[in-house]
Amino acid sequence: MSAPHPPRLVVVWCPDWPVAAAHAAPTLAADVGADAPVAVLEANRVVAASLAARHEGVLPGLRRRAAQAACPGLTLVPRDPAHEARAFEGVLRAVERITPLLEVTEPGTITFRARGPARYHGGEEALTGLVAERVTAALGEQVRATGPPGVGLADGRFAATLAARRAARSGSSTQVVPAGASAAFLAPLPVSNLADPALVDLLRRLGLRTLGQFAELPSTAVVGRLGPTGLVAHQAARGADDRPPGVRACPPELSVHEAFEPPVPQSGPVVFAAKHLADGLQAELGRQGLVITSCLVRVETEHGERHERVWRHGPGLTAPALAERVRWQLEGWAGSPGGPTGGITALRLVPLEVMADEGRQLGFWGGDRQQAERVARTVARLSGLLGPEAVTVPEWRGGRGPAEGVVAVPAAAVDLLGQERRVGPPPGAGPWPGRLPLPSPARVTAQLVPAEVVDEDGRLVSVSGRGAVSAPPAALALRSTPPLRIQAWAGPWPIDERWWDPVGHRRRARFQAVTEDGRAHVLVLAQGRWWSAATYD
Amino acid sequence: MAVIPRARGDQAALARAALRSQPVVLAREHLLPVDPPFEPLMPEGGLRRGTVTQVQGAGATSLALALLAGCSAAGSWLAVVGVPGLGLDAVGELGVALERLLLVDVATGPGSTDWPTVVAALLDGVDAVLVEVPRHTRVAEARRLQARLRERGATLVVVGAAGAFEPDLVMVGGTPVWHGLGTGWGHLRSRCLPVEVTGRRAASRRRSALLWLPDEEGKVRLERSALATGPLALDAVEAAS
Repeated sequence: MSAPHPPRLVVVWCPDWPVAAAHAAPTLAADVGADAPVAVLEANRVVAASLAARHEGVLPGLRRRAAQAACPGLTLVPRDPAHEARAFEGVLRAVERITPLLEVTEPGTITFRARGPARYHGGEEALTGLVAERVTAALGEQVRATGPPGVGLADGRFAATLAARRAARSGSSTQVVPAGASAAFLAPLPVSNLADPALVDLLRRLGLRTLGQFAELPSTAVVGRLGPTGLVAHQAARGADDRPPGVRACPPELSVHEAFEPPVPQSGPVVFAAKHLADGLQAELGRQGLVITSCLVRVETEHGERHERVWRHGPGLTAPALAERVRWQLEGWAGSPGGPTGGITALRLVPLEVMADEGRQLGFWGGDRQQAERVARTVARLSGLLGPEAVTVPEWRGGRGPAEGVVAVPAAAVDLLGQERRVGPPPGAGPWPGRLPLPSPARVTAQLVPAEVVDEDGRLVSVSGRGAVSAPPAALALRSTPPLRIQAWAGPWPIDERWWDPVGHRRRARFQAVTEDGRAHVLVLAQGRWWSAATYD
Repeated sequence: MAVIPRARGDQAALARAALRSQPVVLAREHLLPVDPPFEPLMPEGGLRRGTVTQVQGAGATSLALALLAGCSAAGSWLAVVGVPGLGLDAVGELGVALERLLLVDVATGPGSTDWPTVVAALLDGVDAVLVEVPRHTRVAEARRLQARLRERGATLVVVGAAGAFEPDLVMVGGTPVWHGLGTGWGHLRSRCLPVEVTGRRAASRRRSALLWLPDEEGKVRLERSALATGPLALDAVEAAS
């Protein structure tokens, strides 16, 4: 196949970027030095670990408990992609002084074309050396935590990325693969470098250990056995153009822009405008059956400053994803030393590459789907307005307390369009002994309300260690309201939860009581004090 | 085109033609379904789209949720704005589909302008919105929201004071009688709640009933014997308890 020669690309790779970003964040305590073992978790698995942690055997993919077992002194940090993108801005600015138009493949990885900058800076070796120097300087202390960055230069993205990784791991910090030598460079490397774990597993079982062995297979056989994803991997392994088939440059007239008059000082309105533009763009491209895989975002301020980034996402950037990247870019720019000095006057989105939309199957009951999409849009809008924590949906957890069975989780983190979403105990879920009997109270106070429960003589009712009530409760006063007569009551129902946990240990006695106004309450007696926990409103 | 009959006196044919040519708007398209116990209480047998329903008095939270359970179970999304401490277990037990429930927490201080914006956005996105009206809501804001409500065809249910809103229907819970709890024994099992419904226009006739919210089996049930038009007779409450 006489494929066009892939472009010469430079890839800058900062190893374990999530850890480096955590070091730049105020979330990590100041006493956690660069030499301390730190790991970043996502979905209970390690996604990145510092050098010290790796030395102790903490590797990406480990579960939290296994990581803690390997290294008891490990500091664990939850992953925050938005912060990673913001923190990466410093590195981007350092490279930007060498060449403009950088592509942020993901926070921690920069890609740019080598041809122009290499000529200007006196050759490819000189360029990569300069980039490595600048990036190392920009990382500063973080280099000690995660190791030095790597700069790779090769034909095509895949080879350049692997060159960068090898450079970082070998300590030489740069590696230049000569033009046309990508295939030879890749041949001895193991197949595990391919991104698709399922494919890697299959190739190993087929006895193909290196990329070279995989590359020797005929393309037709690879397509026949492994399909389009296999073909992309095969092209990458051969050092050919590794863009997925169907990706092509986007005609320039599709770029969209929005001018702001008067200039807006905050990022919020710009992100909303970006969402609006992206929606229009997506609709326009959708009519042609295309989806954006790479997009340039350019922002200008009233003082003529300009900031541009290329964002790429293999499976296609949807409008919310594109708006999110605009937000990352704006926040990163505003937080960096050379940030904007004035309000933002213009935003431009230029789709660079598009590919055929593989589409998605709509549910048979289109109406529900349509409604769920409308709700998802509303959720996105409100999350933008109030913050993601303010918009929640219920999720079943199970528990004994009046508000523990079903809890609220941020809606932005839930796929509302999922066909299988169901809230309720999973089949086979066990009972919760000691749970309050049904019906459940309709109002549960977030914080317990102080109450006073007295007997006929006006003395505070107490419960002995053996669970005996000192006297029948006769009156209930909530907060400072006048006391109401208790018509009916039951209890105490003692509960002793999490006795093994010094912090979460709770020992309390619960009561139900109906007062003379017909209201029913859940009362709690803990450490000699009465509280109202919930009301059956 | 309807054929206009020429013969005088063929009134039946004319009536048929008129029936055939009039624009068809099904009444049920304007109504969101409610569960059977609520049907006799509602003037039109359902929650009319574009209207405001106020639910107040004792048991207002449960009553409002049970009222909305019908349309939620029928496939509508329900959004709850600024109802602090809503017991989600109870919401599920009252029949609301938790899969289609959205909870929005919004600041309602005197200086905050988020509340009307949020409610307006939700009226665009979902069929039913349950709110507690903040004390500082202005009349103009309420009017705007009610206009939007009519335009979008959603329904708004207010728990507690309606403030600046003009409810089309008002549902009041009286003093409930709880069953199952003794003095030192038993546990709360069922509640019998007298409910009165009044409103404007077609709903101006007062309706009242006794509702089990819930009954011994955890279901919402209407005590049919007490269904009356007019003020609820007290002896009916006592007879049912």
